[in-house]
Amino acid sequence: MLRYILRRILANSVNLIAISILAFWLVAISGDPLASLRLNPKIPKSTIELRIHQLHLDKGLAERYWIWLHGVIHGDFGISTSLNQPVGASFTSHFVVTLRMIIGATVLAIIVAVVTGVVAALRRGKVTDRAITFSNFVFLAVPTFVLALFLKLYVAGPINQHLGSPGNPLIPVSLDQNPTATGGFFQRLPDYASHMILPTITLTLVTYASWSLYQRSQVLEALDMDHVRLAKSKGLSSRRVLTHHVLRNALIPVVTVVALDFAGLLGGAIITENVFSWNGLGSWFINGVNAQDVNLTLAYVMVTALFVVMFNLLADVMYAVLDPRIKYD
Amino acid sequence: MTEQFHEPGPGDPKYQRPGHTLDDPEFARLDVPLDEVDGTVEEHDPERYAEEGRGELRATGANEAVKSRGQWNQAFRRFAHDKTAMAGLILFVLLAGTALVNVLLNPGGYTVSYSNAYLVPPSWQHPFGTTLIGIDLFQACMRGLIVDLQVAFIVAGVSTIIGIGVGATAGFFGGKIDAALMQFVNLILMVPTLVVLIVLSNTLKSSSNTTVVLALLVAALSWTYMSRLVRAEFLSLRKRDFIEAARAIGASRRRIIFRHMLPNAMGPIAVNTTLTMAGAVLLESTLSFLGLGIQPPDVSLGRLLFDGQSYATIDWWVFAFPAGILLALILSIFVVGDGLQAAVDPRKSRNRK
Repeated sequence: MLRYILRRILANSVNLIAISILAFWLVAISGDPLASLRLNPKIPKSTIELRIHQLHLDKGLAERYWIWLHGVIHGDFGISTSLNQPVGASFTSHFVVTLRMIIGATVLAIIVAVVTGVVAALRRGKVTDRAITFSNFVFLAVPTFVLALFLKLYVAGPINQHLGSPGNPLIPVSLDQNPTATGGFFQRLPDYASHMILPTITLTLVTYASWSLYQRSQVLEALDMDHVRLAKSKGLSSRRVLTHHVLRNALIPVVTVVALDFAGLLGGAIITENVFSWNGLGSWFINGVNAQDVNLTLAYVMVTALFVVMFNLLADVMYAVLDPRIKYD
Repeated sequence: MTEQFHEPGPGDPKYQRPGHTLDDPEFARLDVPLDEVDGTVEEHDPERYAEEGRGELRATGANEAVKSRGQWNQAFRRFAHDKTAMAGLILFVLLAGTALVNVLLNPGGYTVSYSNAYLVPPSWQHPFGTTLIGIDLFQACMRGLIVDLQVAFIVAGVSTIIGIGVGATAGFFGGKIDAALMQFVNLILMVPTLVVLIVLSNTLKSSSNTTVVLALLVAALSWTYMSRLVRAEFLSLRKRDFIEAARAIGASRRRIIFRHMLPNAMGPIAVNTTLTMAGAVLLESTLSFLGLGIQPPDVSLGRLLFDGQSYATIDWWVFAFPAGILLALILSIFVVGDGLQAAVDPRKSRNRK
């Protein structure tokens, strides 16, 4: 097992290097970090030339990549041209904000998916099953931003209008925290939590649907297994059959799918952060791209790739740990 | 003999597997029309494949055509009996048809419909109302629908061709070619498509035909699932007897790939193509909603929502119509895809229904 993990890590490191080369090339051809400086007539040519030299833009692509890679290996992602500070410095604070959203949404989505999936499977073909499957399809099809806008404009809006006071809405529709709030972490906890309501619900609803469909098919498959039939025929209560025989088999594949999809939630967070004006990693990335900030964009792409690789590996390892029949050598 | 000692036999209605009753879903399969049950068995029975292989020795083109029409006919009939799938198809045709008829009736479309009517609620003159800058929202939505359909069909065509090409090569030749191609696929899958599109948005915005360039970009990034699927189909088909037989009588590689393997993989390919179409619409509208996709003066459904989001609380129509059409479009494609899945592979999707 350990050997398998080490081999995967090695193979993935090679992949990450390849991705970094591709990403560096793509970012380099798609934007000029000094575009805004060049457009400003008040900035003298010498300043621009100085910046070109500082950012190594006078060197070849390969040499620039080498300088960048050298920095990254030493934990330095370079200077962000739009924020005028090291990329790493602003990364962590934005990352924490996004993590708050996606961890909350993942936990909720797992609960909703398992409950709806199991109920739909047990009530197969009945009205409950059809209602659950239909809503799964709707949430699978609805674009994240449509759902986010709908909740923001037509659900939270009227609620705030009727129940909240003008300066202090019941369900905040923008920002990840009240910018004027003061006090320690625990004093501000209710403020954080209330700002989390809408983005978390949005992300939960667009995430749970495919897991729920999968959970349903897994339970149906488990119900069909011989040992489950045996358990039923020897007279175990249906509750005990469900918890001890069906769910034990049906939950394993779902766990791995959750791990595989978790990295994808970073992408979903880009949209929810945009709609609810959260100052998270997604907004950080989009602002960076709009400002043609090469180092910041590269850092985001690499972190996403690292996330995907890590959770792919985690999914495979978890599969082997939970299901002793799976063996890697 | 008393009832107690009655020996249950397969034909006996009392002969049931433990835990199963007559209203058990497993038994509900009995009321599936007979031809469907036949279809399942025929498609997956290895002996039948061997049979086909033998048939190949004396097969003429005409014979093959009859056989393949038979399989597709069955799938088509299953699809036509699926009410949900047909509803999805009708919805899709209705949406696309309205947009196309509108292009014919109104060439020039939304660009000429600027007026002094700003944010007018829906009326006879403006069935969907107007936007902040006086564009007729009905015309704008129809234009957006056309853009999204263009993207969907370009992506479906291009990514299906690339996906089949790569997947068939990997699955047919195997070995080092397979390993190298799949490594490349893994590389593309490491960065989410939306992220790559956002990175390239600066180039995209300044391109002359944003719709086509965007569609080609999405296609270049979304053929990976298709290639994995075709590869898996080819790997399993490679070991089948009828392929072995075709090889034995000296059929060329090209003939084996195009006449024997590809037609047998067509069902899953069709399903995946519809899902890719839905994914393409989703990606385009998301990118446009972030302001990074389709640029004015052109519109797409996502762009309309981006422009309208700040005043949609009161002027509900600027949200309701573009969002409703977008959801209907994606949902209809999804439902058709699900129906296709059930039609081409009833056994695999038994648990879905």
